[in-house]
Amino acid sequence: MALRTPLYDWHVRHGGRMIAFGGWDMPVQYTSIIEEHQAVRTAAGLFDISHMGRLTFAGVDALALLQQVYSNNAATMKDGQVRYGLICNERGGIRDDVLVYRWSHGWTMVVNASNRVKIVNWLTQHKAGRAVEITDQTMTTCMIAVQGPQALALCQGLIEADAGQLAYYHAMRTRYRGHTCVVSRTGYTGEDGIELIAPAEQAVELWTELVSRGAKPCGLGARDTLRLEAAMPLYGHELSEEIDPFQAGLGWAVKLDKGDFIGRDALVRRREDATLPRRVGLELAGHRAAREGSTVWRDGRIIGRVTSGTVTPTLHKAIAMAYLEPAFTAIGTLCTVDVRGKTAEARVVPLPFYQRPRKETACR
Amino acid sequence: MDPKTLRYTKTHEWAYLEGDLCTVGLTKFAVDQLTDIIYIDLPDVDDPVTAGESFGEIESVKAVSDLYSPVSGDISAVNEKLQTDPTLISSDPYGKGWLIKVKVEKGTTLDHLMTLDQYEKQIASEEH
Repeated sequence: MALRTPLYDWHVRHGGRMIAFGGWDMPVQYTSIIEEHQAVRTAAGLFDISHMGRLTFAGVDALALLQQVYSNNAATMKDGQVRYGLICNERGGIRDDVLVYRWSHGWTMVVNASNRVKIVNWLTQHKAGRAVEITDQTMTTCMIAVQGPQALALCQGLIEADAGQLAYYHAMRTRYRGHTCVVSRTGYTGEDGIELIAPAEQAVELWTELVSRGAKPCGLGARDTLRLEAAMPLYGHELSEEIDPFQAGLGWAVKLDKGDFIGRDALVRRREDATLPRRVGLELAGHRAAREGSTVWRDGRIIGRVTSGTVTPTLHKAIAMAYLEPAFTAIGTLCTVDVRGKTAEARVVPLPFYQRPRKETACR
Repeated sequence: MDPKTLRYTKTHEWAYLEGDLCTVGLTKFAVDQLTDIIYIDLPDVDDPVTAGESFGEIESVKAVSDLYSPVSGDISAVNEKLQTDPTLISSDPYGKGWLIKVKVEKGTTLDHLMTLDQYEKQIASEEH
């Protein structure tokens, strides 16, 4: 039986087309993926991301456990900072990609829905005798993302704190209608915006208030096309237990000099391995989308495979992410993609495909 | 085109027979399910098509679906306007959004296809 977020009934009542995703029943779209996508690029969209796993860490050894399982450096984080990183297996393959939040009193980790149970088990296994208490708050809280150029203005006065004061990839604890909630300047769309974690009981009132303020409910379909344009990897597509962070272009989130952690020895070797396929962006001629599994060809042989692809609503182009042999990853390299039996000309292009206009560069 | 005068496949194509020319399109139910249509791949004029077999594909942002011919025969016309504006399929599925016209053998009927009544019963069971 699939899990349901506290907003499940709202989604069904408001035309959400429900699909199975990561063990949950989630809305893939309400009206149209293109409309929802454009709302996020031009105004503000609203996403129920309560299916994401939310784990908290307390106790004197919490940092030690995090440092053991996490590729980035949690020790250099300041209170209220959020940092992206990977959880790797001993071979350097990616078990999950996660966000870690540092608080004065402990830590929060947001993990992928499909990996939540696996990661909880992994943490429990590596906790050993350490003084760490891990709490899975996924079922007792909700998580809602407001994304788009108007997202922050639309949230003015919604919560006690002013989310506009938050720097990118920072979070704070504040209150919504009397109850503690977390707001962070984070997202998975390539736009400015925030993500809110609140008690599950408040999910519907928080969601409906955001809708009444003008945020357009968006499903997983738009979330996928938005993150693809922004070239953000999706676990199960660009990331897996067999792919390491360097292949995925996430070497910046691996701190080999922070001390030992699970997968570090393998990652030291894999970083130097020039034979491993690498993640690239492809732009295809024509308007047929390459999909996961489409083969990429050059000189009459397969040089890689597509992991995600679509025709982008913002750019009106067929784009894809693929893993290619390292000899063919230079920007401008020409290749072809087998799109369901028909050949499409393609070219390696820089990632991301889409970047919002902004003054300051992102700090992670 | 009046939906009442059309016949339907289980795979959501409609057919309209006039003389030996059968016009084929997608039902409103199908285009509503697909929503964001971005591309359609149709055969060329004179290509043969077979009843129940794929004659092309339609792509939405989320997925690709095959199109199945309700009749056998040779393609006599393809709706070229769809190449530049596939949204016609969504906005006018029984009119400007038609897909192909098939020249069928003399004596061909649409008796093997569903009536509107039967088709509506089928889609009622697909909706949940």
